[in-house]
Formats: sequence, C-alpha cells, structure tokens
Amino acid sequence: MTTSAPLRFFRERFGVDEGSLARTLGTALDGPADSADLFFEYATRDAVVLEEGIVKSGDRHLSQGVGVRVSAGEKQGYAHSDEIDTHSLIQAATTARAIAAGPAASRSVAVRGPAAPARDLYPIGSAPTDTPIAAKVALLQQIDAYARGRDARVREVLASLVCQNRHVLIAASDGTFVADAQPLLRLNVQVIVENAQGRREVARQGGGGRFELGRVLLPSYWQPLVDEAVRLALLNLEAVPCPAGAMTIVLGPGWPGVLLHEAVGHGLEGDFVRKGTSTFAGRLGQRVAAPGVTVVDDGTLPGRRGSLNVDDEGTTTQRTTLIEDGILVGFLQDRLNARLMGVPATGNGRRESYAHLPMPRMTNTFMLAGQDDPADIIRSVSRGLYAVNFSGGQVDITNGKFVFAASEAYRIEDGRITAPVKGATLIGNGPDVLTRVSRIGFDLALDRGEGTCGKDGQAVPVGNGLPTIRVDGITVGGTER
Amino acid sequence: MIDADLVRHAVEAAQRAGADAADALQLASDSVEARVRGDEIEYVKQARERALGLRAFVRGARGLATALVSTSDLSRDAIQKLAEDAVALARATAPDPDAGIPSDGFARDWPELELLDARDRAVPLETRLAEAREAEAAARAVDPRIVNSEGTSVGSSFDAVALANSAGFEGRYESAQHYLSSSPVAAEDGAMQTDYWLSLARRRSELAPAASVGRRAAERALAQLGARSVATQQVPVIFEAPAARGVLGSLVGCLSGGAVYRKTSFLAGKLGERIGSDAVTVIDDGRRPSGLGSRPFDAEGQATRRTVAVEKGRLASFLLDVYSARKLGARSTGNASRGASSAPGVSPSNLWLEPGRGTLDELLRDTGRGLLVTGMFGHGFNPVTGDFSRGARGFWIEGGERAYPVEEITVAGNLADLLRDVDRVANDLLWLGSIAAPSFRVARLTVAGNS
Repeated sequence: MTTSAPLRFFRERFGVDEGSLARTLGTALDGPADSADLFFEYATRDAVVLEEGIVKSGDRHLSQGVGVRVSAGEKQGYAHSDEIDTHSLIQAATTARAIAAGPAASRSVAVRGPAAPARDLYPIGSAPTDTPIAAKVALLQQIDAYARGRDARVREVLASLVCQNRHVLIAASDGTFVADAQPLLRLNVQVIVENAQGRREVARQGGGGRFELGRVLLPSYWQPLVDEAVRLALLNLEAVPCPAGAMTIVLGPGWPGVLLHEAVGHGLEGDFVRKGTSTFAGRLGQRVAAPGVTVVDDGTLPGRRGSLNVDDEGTTTQRTTLIEDGILVGFLQDRLNARLMGVPATGNGRRESYAHLPMPRMTNTFMLAGQDDPADIIRSVSRGLYAVNFSGGQVDITNGKFVFAASEAYRIEDGRITAPVKGATLIGNGPDVLTRVSRIGFDLALDRGEGTCGKDGQAVPVGNGLPTIRVDGITVGGTER
Repeated sequence: MIDADLVRHAVEAAQRAGADAADALQLASDSVEARVRGDEIEYVKQARERALGLRAFVRGARGLATALVSTSDLSRDAIQKLAEDAVALARATAPDPDAGIPSDGFARDWPELELLDARDRAVPLETRLAEAREAEAAARAVDPRIVNSEGTSVGSSFDAVALANSAGFEGRYESAQHYLSSSPVAAEDGAMQTDYWLSLARRRSELAPAASVGRRAAERALAQLGARSVATQQVPVIFEAPAARGVLGSLVGCLSGGAVYRKTSFLAGKLGERIGSDAVTVIDDGRRPSGLGSRPFDAEGQATRRTVAVEKGRLASFLLDVYSARKLGARSTGNASRGASSAPGVSPSNLWLEPGRGTLDELLRDTGRGLLVTGMFGHGFNPVTGDFSRGARGFWIEGGERAYPVEEITVAGNLADLLRDVDRVANDLLWLGSIAAPSFRVARLTVAGNS
C-alpha cells in the first residue's frame, strides 16, 4: 500500500509514525478501557473581508494539535494539546487513561497501514489556501463593483472569502489508521440597500464547498450570488408585515431543507436517542412523516460542504436513510453511541477541531424528490405562505419544538404568490410536522454550501436540501392577523 | 502560563520585517470540563491551549494596510515566520485612513478586579465531579417525574492574556471561570420537557450550591409539563429575567460601533435621541468586581470603564473600539474584544438593564392577563430594521397568576417599539453571564399560536 500524501504530511512535519502511534495508543489503553483513539489536526485558514469598497485586512491562521481519547463503557476521557511531539502525546494519553479508566499498565497495540480514504470526494489540484491572497482580494473588488453597478440603491457591500485546508490523521486501537486533507471555501456577500425614503434593508447570500478556488473566481459562479443578494435586499424594501398564526406553508427547494435539519435531524442523532432525551427515541419503525416522505443524510456527495471522505473518527462516510416513505428507519451514529446501542457506526462522528470530542452530527441532509409540479403545489393553496429563503434555526430535541427563520417569503392568495412579507420565525413540532406534508415536488435541490451547524458549542459545516413541499399547519410568527 | 517576552518579541519581529505599527495578543488557557449524567461520568476533558495573534500595519499612500495572523505554534522560529507573513499580507491589502493601533487611552492602573482565586487551582477534579453528582441527585429528588437528564456539566478554566503594541503598551492579566449547569428531563403522559439552570463565577466561592442549581433546573422543567399553544393575539408580555437577557442581547448588537458605522443597526444616527421608555437604562462597566466580563484593559490596551449607553430611554453612547470610534468621530469606550485569530470588534464587558422596583410576582399580579416568556429560541432578528420574531415558551397569565404552561408560540414585533413600550422593570437583576437583565414588561406584543 502506498503512503497517502496526508499521512506523509504528518510524518514529515511532526515525526509521527506507526511506532509512536502504537506506543501512544498502548499507553492510553488499559484493562477496563474499550478503545482509544488519536486525532491529529493541522489546519490553515485565510480570510479576506471587503467593506466600504476596500479589502481592509488579510488574515492567515494556523491551528495544530492532537486529541487523545480513551473510552470505557459510557465514559470518555479526553486530553488535548497544541503541541505535537512524542512527549506531549504520551502525556495526553496518560491523562486520558487516568480520567477514563484509572491507572494501569499499558497494553500493546499494533498500528498498521496506512490507509488512504477509500475514495476522494474532493480531488483538487491545489488547496484554496495555496493561492496567493492577491487573487482573492481582486475577486472581492470585482464583487463590490458589480454589486454597486446592479442598482443605485445599493449603499454598502460586505464580502468575504474564507479558505481552509484541514489535514487530519486518525489512529485508533481497533486498527483504524487513516489520513485526509479537507479543503473548504466559502464566499459571502451582504448587500445593504436604501430607498429614497431612507428605509434600509439587508440581504445575504453565500456559497462554497470542498472544491478549487478557481471555480469561485469565475463570474458564472459569483455573479448569481450577488444578483440574488441585491434582488433580496430590494425585495425586503417592499416587504409588508408578515401574517401571524397557524397556516399552510409552501417551502421552496434547496436551503429551506433546514426544516429537516431542525425538525428531525438533530432528534435522530445517536447520542440523544441512546440517552432517551430525544422525542424520537424508541420510535424506530413508527410513522413519523406522511407517506412519500423519505429523508436521507449523505456524506458522500462530491465537493459538497457537508461531505467528508472519512468522519473525524476515521469511519468512511455513507448515505443513511433516516425516514423511508414516512417510517423512521435509521439514526446517525458515531462510534461510541453505535457501540453502546449495538449498531454500526454511520460515519457521522464529527468534531469542530482537535480540541473537541466527536459527537453524532449531520453531513448533508435532504428529502428525496416527489412527483408534484411545484407550480401546482402553489396553485393548491388558497391562503398561506410561500417561504423560499431562510436564515438559521434551532430545536429543543426533548420536546421536539423547532424554529427556523424565513428571510424571503410571500403571501399565497387564491393559488397565486402575492406580496413579499418581512422575515418571520416559523415554529413547529418535530415528530408532527412531517406528517403534515401533503405535496412533494419533483424539484429536489441542495443548498449552495453555506450551512454551519452548532451543537454543544461545536460548529461543523453541513448541507441541506429539499424539493418544493406543502405543509399544512405551521405557526408563523408574524405581526398581522 | 504566559511568556511575558513573547508578545513584545512578536511586535519587534513585525517591525523588523517592515511593519510601521503592530500589536500582539497571547492567550493561554488551562481548562477541565466534565459531564455527569445520573451517577455516571460521561466525559472528562482536559485541555491546554496557547495561541498568539499578531496584527501588522504597513503605511500606504492613504493610511495603514492591515494584516492579522495567528498561530498555536509559539516557537520563536514560527513567530519570526508569522511576522514576515503578516507584513507580506498587509502589503496585499488596501490602506485605510482609520486603521491602526491607538496612541493614547491605555490602561495605566491595574485595579484588583477579583477575577481569580488562586486557591481554586488546587481543587481536585473529584470535587467538581461530586458537585455534578449532587446537582443530578437534587434534581431527581424534586419529583418522580424527573425521569432522565441531559446531564450536569461542570468546568473550570484558568486564562491569561498578554498584549503588547508598538506604541509601548504592555499589559497582562489572569482570570478564571467556573460553572455548573444542569439539564434534567421531566416526563408525564408520554411528553418530555427539559430546561436548564446554571451558576457561573470567577471564583468558586461565588458559585451557587450545586444542589440548588439542580433543584431549580428540575422545577423549571416540571413547570413546563402539559404546555400547549395559545390563540394568536396581542397582549402584554413579561420577559422573565433569563429571557429578558436575550432581548438585551439583541439590543447590544445594535449599540456596537461596528454595526453603527456600517449602518447595519437601527440605532445608527440616533445618538442623543429617545429610543426607549423612562424605564430603560442600560449600563456597561468593564471593572465590576468579579464580573464575568471584567478586564483591566480591552483587546487594544484601552482602559476599561463605565459607559451609560441608554439613560432613561435616551441613547447616550454607543459601545466602541478604536476603529469604530475613529469612524464615528468619537473615543473608544474600551469595549474591544478579540481572540487570537479574530480582529478586534466591539463586545460588551458587564452590561445590564437597570433594575426597577417590585418582584416578578407583583408584576404578574398587576398585569392580570398576558404572557410570561421564560425562554426564547431561534435567531429571528434583523438589526437593520429592528424587526424580531422569536420562538418562545413560558406561561399564560390569568388573574395575575401563571395559569398554564405554553409552548410552540412566537413573539414578534420591532425592537424600537418594544423599547418604547417597556412599562415596568422588576427588581430581580440576574447575572448568568456578562449580560444581565431583570424581568420586564412590554405593554403589547403579537403572540402567534395555533389559530
């Protein structure tokens, strides 16, 4: 087997090899411990931000470290250090062992390999962080000029481009030994507009993924993002107060899939399910959605923001069906919760960085397409709301209540889309809301690569997707009757 | 924890590499955190973190060009390389007449802010785990309907900050933070509710007793059992202190100099104007003894101070760092905040809404009928317009009392209207972080529910 480039990276930079990994894992493991793993990370990030027409600052950041975890039953000991050398490794391993399982003699562990990930979902020639900053500065300046040229009411443009490259190396006592290099980039455009009456409004658009910078530099990539931000901001200038109360909602395709992320995704994460704190615990095999509703989590989509070759425990990512034709059929698992529940890990063990413990997390979560024509779905509603853009959401997984905030929505009156309304929060009940899905469009779309999910203080990049759907009865947090 | 020479060394390295001005910030943190669920430990995590952030400024035709770089590799070689990178990066960005480090306003005195109790370093992990178990047990003991738990988290961190700049400022301080947070789960008739309570302090002696935190969390979760939605209507809304803090948090973002000069705050251009009722006074004080946001100097070395932001409804001051102050033709209020890898931005130090008279119960009695909001979720707030729409939970108020718990509702309106409609503020100011509020009442808001 040939040594993968990511592994060579750690060997050359930190002198990490099979021998030192085996010694560290051996130190971490003892009698009562079930498993031990090491997570090495070397991440670079650069950012350029434009405001008031100029790129005021260039940023470049380097973060490196190693986390050592020892698991015994449900208990985990974790120690991490920002120094990567043999001494620090052994010290962290000793600490993690003492925490999880008490002192004991070390056990011998074999580390063989190394393995490259089974496939490469982000095959790129050069990482976005390798491109000199001048090209990135030039992009933001073009975006600024273009946005201001779109409409005289554009008062301010804020644009940013963040590029990352994250090298990880994972070694575990069960023989897992894998390294990966994970590029990620994200372009953000925010436009502030002001009309003749002095009313100001704002709109944002973002996009990105795990691909080469060159794609983002093309006008065919960034111009539609800017067009959309300008269109939305101007639309918001015309928005009327949003209606309040329970009503029929039509969700547009793509990013509104954040509904799934909040309403069901978090509640299906293995840690909450195992502990019985999720409203979905114990409901496997039961109906949790209307017939025709199939929801999957898929970490294997090439180039997407939520995708990974391997998760942060070294498990190969996969497509996991969560809800099939309305029936709950699966949960999202990391290794700890999979072991404790006696099921296979699903490649959803993720962490923000070496300074964090892995947890079950989503990757790209979406509903499969149905048969309905989206235009027919809108025509089927006599009075309701058509919501096509959202900012974030949040969920209480214990009582199932979730919110998500619409940033572009319109009234539907007699089957026609009418006035744009101001942003409003939609609130619903996770186990109930998908049973109210009455129409599913054929127009499944994934978002543009802008999502970040927070859980227990850890942020990870994710994706969402949805076809146009009709939901009968969600409470809309507007101000008008 | 901090190598005092390192920040000075980084500034000098930047100057040698060609920077016309520079500042360097080093952060060091040693921390432990753990979660206990029932009697069992879920995890214990020990961490040692070190990072250095360097800003380099290079003079151009019109002002200074800026770069920000950071690393967790603190070897002298790495810092030398970092300084060279910073100067090269700065040369690729645009000069800005308002960029740069301050030339005055630096902290000169180091008041004793009581941010650390040295004895707390010696507290063994076992003590913290025992406290977590105690909180879990106390929660369970409240009622048999406390059937589960998301756990009790405990943690301590000991932090050090060092800052140096090319104007000659050098400062450092140490602080600590300790917490205990409980989230029990109550269940009845197949429905579950959870809520949390926490205690957070600079010194362990100021933490609330563990059992009292567990009990209070359990009582809050139990009280929410049987919650239902209500009809859509406009009513008086009382925000209980923890939720009131969330409202104040939205206001703080709009008081921040960055949002004001960018005109992304609905308060831009309103300095000196009436923005709230007489009941609204908001104060920021960076030197409150043992305050969770206290610090002797801010992230730019500016002396921290007391700033009255809103005085009896009048917008008296924005919260400013050096850059936004220059943009707005004012002076920094010592509210710059940053991490090693982030540029300075405005954040409150210890900020609170001044308490009024009377208890929350008196406020409920005087209100008769309306909504008591005990928790909010979601981020539905547009700072440019002040429009907000948030998910809420709490109690319906009838006859001046909590009649039944409510959930799956939203409260919505405009923050400018809300501030003008604050007609009562209670006396129960509650510190659960660096932003604090007492309970207060808004004369009328739209509550959306199931009809």
